[in-house]
Amino acid sequence: MSEHAIIMRGVNKFYSAFHALVDINLTVARGERIVICGPSGSGKSTLIRTINQLETIQSGTITVDGVELTAGGDNVAKVRQDVGMVFQSFNLFPHLTVLENCVLAPMKTRKTPRAEAEATARKFLERVRIPEQAEKYPAQLSGGQQQRVAIARALCMKPRIMLFDEPTSALDPEMVKEVLDTMIDLAREGMTMICVTHEMDFARAVADRVIFMDKGVIVEENAPAEFFDNPRNERLQNFLGQIT
Amino acid sequence: MIRVFSSADVWFIVMAVRWTLILSAIAFAGGALGGLTIALARTSHITVLRRCAAGFIQVFQGTPLLMQLFLVYFGLAVVGLPINPLLAAAVALTLHASAYLGEIWRGSIESVPSGQTEAATALSLSYADRMRHVILPQAMRIATAPTVGFLVQLIKGTSLASIIGFTELTRAGQIVNNATFKPFLVFGTVAILYFILCWPLSLLARRMETRMRRAITR
Repeated sequence: MSEHAIIMRGVNKFYSAFHALVDINLTVARGERIVICGPSGSGKSTLIRTINQLETIQSGTITVDGVELTAGGDNVAKVRQDVGMVFQSFNLFPHLTVLENCVLAPMKTRKTPRAEAEATARKFLERVRIPEQAEKYPAQLSGGQQQRVAIARALCMKPRIMLFDEPTSALDPEMVKEVLDTMIDLAREGMTMICVTHEMDFARAVADRVIFMDKGVIVEENAPAEFFDNPRNERLQNFLGQIT
Repeated sequence: MIRVFSSADVWFIVMAVRWTLILSAIAFAGGALGGLTIALARTSHITVLRRCAAGFIQVFQGTPLLMQLFLVYFGLAVVGLPINPLLAAAVALTLHASAYLGEIWRGSIESVPSGQTEAATALSLSYADRMRHVILPQAMRIATAPTVGFLVQLIKGTSLASIIGFTELTRAGQIVNNATFKPFLVFGTVAILYFILCWPLSLLARRMETRMRRAITR
């Protein structure tokens, strides 16, 4: 076990000519909660998607839990087992019930027996407060419920790190809170979390560090109090002015 | 000698339906296997596979089925196999069906939202598990109606096998017509039999399509 959950060094990512991530250096300690914000197209989603190699990088190194990600190979599969991800659009499997959504990956990749996988799934569904929906299909649930299933599904793999890619952006306002509450519970349990979100109250409440990105660059990072009350960078000042 | 078009002739034609069905079944089963391979190759990350599959589809969609039948029929002799109309027709129709089903299923696989692949990948599911448990079940729902539609085309397409001398429905009609010289009556009977085979499938495809559309707009 390394003491750092994630170490990114000199990471660069291009989409053909577009420089999406510029020399990213970021170290995340075990148990640390990080919130990343920034205008759209600033590279914040791209950044967290490189951590489980949904996006490949052109240069630099990323080490997750002591395992260095190289393109392809067993390392990527290993890292993905330890890194859970929650998406803006939920991405639940619509043809499977909530319970089946939760047990699929543990049974296939971790070779967990069905009974055990189901017990784990029910436990996590209980924790995200929707145990009674286990037999339903995703389309029968509200957006907030679907996103909580997505969180439970990721947790069923017993990840050590959780990535959240704008988890509340696609939700109706009245459902944002139930998802954030679930995330706050998770943070209290000591999960290492990286959240791309514009929920600044959430950032204030749970983040150890808030990062502001613009044009693929980490412009500013600080503890939430300093970050919100004393922003140094002008672009961050403008950004905070716009969203609050 | 011209004889009359009798009930025995009708029976002869009706019995030939089974060869049309057998040929269709072989071509459809083979085409399903080939089509799945082509569709997976077409949607693969490996450029060579994608190109090969694309080339295969181009060739078989860009040439007449009749030419494909001829080439396979005479090609069998070239590679030293006995000339066998059933074998030739089965092989040619299988290749033909592989190309068309491959293209239909490629489209279905690609119409599954990319978020599904991403979620499955993030859960560390392997390519095989992703396809088997996440992508293909969803693609299948989209593909069912056009696949049944293609099956209708394929059944009608088997009539070309008559030209290389395979005695299926159309060829049976030709044989009877040569003896009775009642082309309108004979081929009318043949056409009705094709219609009886194809019409229920067309109805099924249309109903599936409506149901699919309703499921999407829900």
